[in-house]
Amino acid sequence: MFYREAGQFKTTYPSDMAIFPIAQDRIGIGIILAMAFIFIPLFASDFIMSSVMIPFLVFSLAAIGLNILTGYTGLISLGTGAFMGVGAYACYKLMTIFPGVNIIVWIVTAGFFSAAVGILFGIPSLRIKGFYLAVATLAAQFFLQWCFVRIPWLYNYNASGAIEVGTRTLFGIPIVGPNATPEARYYVLLCIVVVLTWIASNLVHGRIGRSWMAVRDMDIAAELMGIKLLDTKLLAFAVSSFYAGVAGACMMFLWYGGGEASDAFNINQSFLILFMVIIGGLGSLIGSFFGAAFISILPTILKFGLPAIGVPLSGATAEHLIHITVGGLIIFFLIVEPHGLARLWQIGKQKLRMWPFPY
Amino acid sequence: MKFRHFALSTAAAVLAGATALTAIPAQAQDQIYVPLLTYRTGPFANSGVPIADGMHDYLRMLNERDGGIGGAKIVIEECETGYDTKKGIECYESTKGKNPVVYNPYSTGITLQMIPKASADKIPVLSMAYGLSASAKGNTFPWIFNPPVTYWDGASAFIRHVAEQSGGFDKLKGKKIGLIHLDAPFGKEPIALLEALSKKYGFELKLYPVAASDMQNQGSVWLNIRRDRPDWIYNQGWGAMNPTAVKEAAKNNFPMDRLVGVWWAGGDDDARGGGDGAKGYKSLNFHAAGTDFPVIQDIQKHVVDKGLSKTPKDKVGENLYNRGVYNSMLIAEAIRNAQKISGKKAITAEDMRKGLESLNITDARLKEIGMAGFAAPMKLTCEDHNGHNKVYVAQWDGTKWVKGSEWMDPLKDEVMPLLESAANDYAKANNWPARTEACQKGS
Amino acid sequence: MHALYMVLIDPFVQMVSAPDLFVQTIWEGLVAGVLYALIALGFVLIFKASGVFNFAQGMMVVFAGLTLIAFQDMGLPAIAALAASLAVMYLLALSIERVVLRPLVNQPDIILFMATFGITYILIGFGEMIFGGEPREVNTKAFFLPQGSFEIPILGGFVQIQKIDVAAAVIAALMIAALGFFFQKTRIGRALRAVADSHKAALSVGISLNQIWVIVWFAAGIVALVAGIMWGARSNVSFALQVVALKALPVLILGGFTSIPGAIIGGLIIGVGEKLGEFYWGPLMGGGIESWLAYFIALGFLLFRPQGLFGDKIIERI
Repeated sequence: MFYREAGQFKTTYPSDMAIFPIAQDRIGIGIILAMAFIFIPLFASDFIMSSVMIPFLVFSLAAIGLNILTGYTGLISLGTGAFMGVGAYACYKLMTIFPGVNIIVWIVTAGFFSAAVGILFGIPSLRIKGFYLAVATLAAQFFLQWCFVRIPWLYNYNASGAIEVGTRTLFGIPIVGPNATPEARYYVLLCIVVVLTWIASNLVHGRIGRSWMAVRDMDIAAELMGIKLLDTKLLAFAVSSFYAGVAGACMMFLWYGGGEASDAFNINQSFLILFMVIIGGLGSLIGSFFGAAFISILPTILKFGLPAIGVPLSGATAEHLIHITVGGLIIFFLIVEPHGLARLWQIGKQKLRMWPFPY
Repeated sequence: MKFRHFALSTAAAVLAGATALTAIPAQAQDQIYVPLLTYRTGPFANSGVPIADGMHDYLRMLNERDGGIGGAKIVIEECETGYDTKKGIECYESTKGKNPVVYNPYSTGITLQMIPKASADKIPVLSMAYGLSASAKGNTFPWIFNPPVTYWDGASAFIRHVAEQSGGFDKLKGKKIGLIHLDAPFGKEPIALLEALSKKYGFELKLYPVAASDMQNQGSVWLNIRRDRPDWIYNQGWGAMNPTAVKEAAKNNFPMDRLVGVWWAGGDDDARGGGDGAKGYKSLNFHAAGTDFPVIQDIQKHVVDKGLSKTPKDKVGENLYNRGVYNSMLIAEAIRNAQKISGKKAITAEDMRKGLESLNITDARLKEIGMAGFAAPMKLTCEDHNGHNKVYVAQWDGTKWVKGSEWMDPLKDEVMPLLESAANDYAKANNWPARTEACQKGS
Repeated sequence: MHALYMVLIDPFVQMVSAPDLFVQTIWEGLVAGVLYALIALGFVLIFKASGVFNFAQGMMVVFAGLTLIAFQDMGLPAIAALAASLAVMYLLALSIERVVLRPLVNQPDIILFMATFGITYILIGFGEMIFGGEPREVNTKAFFLPQGSFEIPILGGFVQIQKIDVAAAVIAALMIAALGFFFQKTRIGRALRAVADSHKAALSVGISLNQIWVIVWFAAGIVALVAGIMWGARSNVSFALQVVALKALPVLILGGFTSIPGAIIGGLIIGVGEKLGEFYWGPLMGGGIESWLAYFIALGFLLFRPQGLFGDKIIERI
């Protein structure tokens, strides 16, 4: 009833191929954007902004990146953390070499460096498949992480090996560095995420996305249909690493605000993002957001929310229970809906469409 | 139906969590809020647990025995970081609204994170003998304190120890000195100083990095050590790396009294892991181990025996436990000092900075608080946020840590220029603002 | 030119000039390889029988080791503690099968892989809650594991051999022999192989998949326990050990996910390769290359044999 496409006629091909062909979808996306741009900054506390919303957006971006590779092209990667690291270090180097250029330019440019590294480590994907490829991407993870520690040029020969982020401004408002308010950082990040999501959505719905999915569903068949496997797979690696790189740069500059970067991009980061993609739903952009929300916000809510509503939990025990709960929920959701939270969303939409007469 | 039920309950849970997050409990008047960022979980928990217990128990003891400090009760809140920088920032963000007077990040990564943030928020950070060495420069870092020694002081004290053992600094020439370190910023910290010293004294420096993923898999590192045959080894390790290193050294028949750990490699568990072979293992230290001090006995009486602590009774007085006590003593003394300066009971973060900057813990004061012989006297100033205080070499006798050398000064002359240039570099790289906070006069 | 010399010639000069160190390096590599292989074996068992890439194997090693130590701390004699730990591992296998695998039957591989992440999380939380975070010592004496070392004079030097390493090699060999016997000769073993070949065919001849899964996970639990004891005796058991367990992954891609001999040979190749690389070429790059070298060795092999050294040939049809 609430979600009816009946009566909405398409008269042109472009309108039929629109990403949101149904009016309700467009209204929905408008509401979500309004929430994100107006309501959340108005009503959320600093803590929610900086420890819930900003991490959520950063992880969403990384999850979209990995989803392009794993969900749409069917190539599992365990090197996302390292690709994010490449983005962060590239952004840092660019920022210190050309201090005059606005930092946002470098955050986005950093993605291209990450994409180049991604292509390099994507080459084995032409011969290796499945879990073999997953483990092969671990080579990227460990090698790049070693580089982050071992090549002092990357962190400007800093004695403590840290990325140091001074204040950077946009129109006179600090957006990066210790003086940047959570709101400012949030807005910059939100704009980046919205634009990149829009691009990703166009990519996956277009010719490129379809060739990725053809490769995922059966690569030999795709090849016979004239899709060049080499180009398609490497393009997926490049785009995916681009998103990861931008996410990494955002993480270091808009969320962490500098620090010991080599450790931030470790193997656990790669695993976390893979969790997000699978829990959220493979091959679904909105699922990437759901997954990121689930994995990044849930522990924070459990840790700080439960004591605040009166559930007494102290440091270590809470941490253990969080581990158990998150693990349990992962298994629970996989059993309830193996296709991820995005599938639940679809079912929800379907119910809304039928309601109140389910038959 | 099932789905709707599920969706509703999820929404309700998220909503409840979100509203709860925004609520911040009201702060009563005569209370001082001290958040303790600790880690009792994760791969480094073995070092984190005793420190967390020691820090908590000393402050708790002051609450139980004296009713707090100067009449103000201390509100202790532990926030679990798991030694994870991400969780550390979360802890910082979630507690900074409650008027904390000082932060103890307890991780080099989290400290580096906090330095710019806390400086902007004007909250002191006490990174006791860890963190950024350069933050010893009070003129550059008015809000950051890292007493009583920096890693560079530690490494230089190690060289002094080597020189003393081999009969003078001139005997260092031609010696081979190895540094086995965690392959991370923390582990690499002493390299710069040791390189400078190797040039000056003519010893050869050999580096043995251990990747964090290979902490318990050091076979090839020790093969390299066997090939190079260094005369002395300095161990800048952490967590599970230390017991493995001690064990490997014993296995490889490396003379244990020539393996010297940084103070973070001096846990009881670190040495115990090596069994009998670990006897003689050394570690730098700036406080005593054991329970033969009135302060530790007070903790036992007022906290541990009443069941107010999480620590197992037999772990009280272990090296890292006492380190937590020492850390909390610094906090408590700074609070007391700040109360004296400001004349207020419930001090602010600003007062706390002044309290830390004029901290002067003399022998007499140590005796008053039941710590005679527990630590060397220390003094901080506006310019010097570290003090470069005395350390000694502790030695493992097979069951406990005993004193293995006299208190000795680090090679301050070597460390200071490096600190100076590192602080300048930091300020330059970060467009760091010049210090605006006035120094406390006459203290 | 100098760089070329350092990379191509100097390491070999070193090998020849100090042959005892060369032999020692190989020995260390073999020992490390045996330990990697022990962890990899657990992966292979489960992958073979259920197609699950069990990420939790590393955590199971830690968990099994800590359980054993906890039972010993409670004062149980070694044999009883061993039996009790085996019982715990059996319970673990049973509950994993019941709670996780059974509801997820017939799901894509990646979903099952993901589920084992969930298991890892639960084991970490649960394990730290019960056992605490400190690294624990395995009481080697109680298990009659030898301690100390002996030296063999060789080629003008000596090679130092830890008795515990010899014991590890022997135990690993026994274990593999036992597993081989189990797979080849017993009824259950044959059922396991049948399941590995085809789930459907196995079901149709009356093999209970559920039962088989409990058995393989239990077998993997036993392997984990042994691996836990051996690693624990060499260094100690702590939660940091699960990172070392990742080293089993290059072993797996090298040896093939489905081959037990592959896991052993792969483990030895990786172990020796990375120790030689680290020892002779590592210093050229500032050391610490061990953390990624294993993956590159494995990748090199993979480019020629994408299914691993002993893996089943992948035949694709449209």
